[in-house]
Amino acid sequence: MAAIEVHQISKSFGETKAVKDMSFNVNDGELFGLIGPDGAGKTTLIKILVTLQKPDSGSAKVDGQDVVSGYHHIRNIIGYMPGKFALYQDLSIEENMSFFADIFGTKIEEQMELMGDIYKQIEPFKKRKAGQLSGGMKQKLALCCALIHKPKILVLDEPTTGVDAVSRREFWDMLSHIKKQGISILVSTPYMDEAARCDRIALVQEGSIIALDTPKGIIKDFAHPIFGIKGDNNYHLIEELKNMPGLRSLYPSGEYAHLVMDDKNQSSEEIKNYAAAKTHQKIEIEPIEADIEDCFIEMMQHG
Amino acid sequence: MDNQENIAVKTNKLTRKFGDFIATDELTLEVKKGEIFGFLGANGAGKTTAMRMLCGLLKPSSGEATVAGFDVYKQAEKIKKNIGYMSQKFSLYEDLKVKENIELYGGIYGLSRKEIKEKTKHIIDDLNMKSVENKLVAEIPLGWKQKLAFSVAQIHDPKIIFLDEPTGGVDPLTRRQFWNGIYASADRGLTIFVTTHYMDEAEYCNRVSIMVDGKVKALGTPRALKDEYKVGSMDDVFTELARGTSTK
Repeated sequence: MAAIEVHQISKSFGETKAVKDMSFNVNDGELFGLIGPDGAGKTTLIKILVTLQKPDSGSAKVDGQDVVSGYHHIRNIIGYMPGKFALYQDLSIEENMSFFADIFGTKIEEQMELMGDIYKQIEPFKKRKAGQLSGGMKQKLALCCALIHKPKILVLDEPTTGVDAVSRREFWDMLSHIKKQGISILVSTPYMDEAARCDRIALVQEGSIIALDTPKGIIKDFAHPIFGIKGDNNYHLIEELKNMPGLRSLYPSGEYAHLVMDDKNQSSEEIKNYAAAKTHQKIEIEPIEADIEDCFIEMMQHG
Repeated sequence: MDNQENIAVKTNKLTRKFGDFIATDELTLEVKKGEIFGFLGANGAGKTTAMRMLCGLLKPSSGEATVAGFDVYKQAEKIKKNIGYMSQKFSLYEDLKVKENIELYGGIYGLSRKEIKEKTKHIIDDLNMKSVENKLVAEIPLGWKQKLAFSVAQIHDPKIIFLDEPTGGVDPLTRRQFWNGIYASADRGLTIFVTTHYMDEAEYCNRVSIMVDGKVKALGTPRALKDEYKVGSMDDVFTELARGTSTK
């Protein structure tokens, strides 16, 4: 049985179609990523799955129960970490955790096996009020509270937005650890570079899923030759090459601009010669592997 | 003097204490005119304090700094007139129209009516936003808001623009187009000072500094730092530097 089954879910708010006919499964024990920019429909879909909102059409099951009729069961077996910090700012770390433990009829001590490693990192500050914690610590506390009743399925809405790079990486390490304990995880993020940390991902844009596969599978499906190119001045280089015949796309992407060509047999030598004739820049070019951003852009433009 | 004119930001042992706590500890760096400089650090590393000093909003405890040639102690008002600031989340008024936002910022920076009119037309034309000029900012797509915020932050022709996590949450196409726009501005001589804790934004910068516990721990091109730490990404460089100190 899949942990989560989403079948043709749609949801509108007035004129805005937030979620359009989305379907996918999160397999048992899987770490599944919902990846897309703000406004792609991630939060709306998640709210439907955690039974806080009803779909207009379509159906979804979580742990085998329907999200509308089976909400009581679902609420007991999921852990949910909303996008906005939703804990009590004027309660301490300890008080917040006791509160959630009480609600679910358990004790903090009983759940140490699952959240011990995470709790240890915030325990020195357990008397501090949640409102006075740093972003990274708030995030860890929210995760502890979502795990306190040992959920079967964990749902996290943009848990890494607004925290720094180190905390972000630690957070993904924690998710891998939680997954190892047999918990299925659905997580959303706007950051494409987090895709690699998931077993499978859905790329979402304007309410629709534009790709669904393993991160490696999505990259493997990128069907066009892609090159990293760099000159003395990349901005001028891009301007000079933007009308090159056969060019599919060309954008800055860090140190090297990413250049995608139509022709499968395109050699980097040909591009180099074209560029050399156009410009006086010293050019470096080499074939590269597409990243998730390149795949996302390709599907937005030509998908 | 020639050399001075090519320097947009210069600090020497710039320090700010709050009681016993040293938020920014002897910050020394130079940013060249037209450079895209990434100012990186974890939450609580001292970026915000340093940036507030550079924007003329907070007096240093000690050390020296000039921004656009003006002294942070004595010429804070001149600094404010010569810098722009953009944070994707807070720069625009959602319940004002596109056009009204431009006019409002023109007014705040003391442009004349004629200048405001010209600038408004110029920005709307430049961004291809004629069709939405009378729409509320709340109604336009995020990527458009971002481009508008970037233009509005330059309405007074600043010499330096401070960008605070400029591309968080936008789709990858909009993001790369936005960076192309940043490169275009830098090419015209605008100095770009980017603060972010998203390391993939750091990859786009000409040079970056990484702050840890109030101090600059690394400074150089992304390429040089990656080579120095023998890693493949700025994210790895950052993790090497910041892990084990203030990771809480």
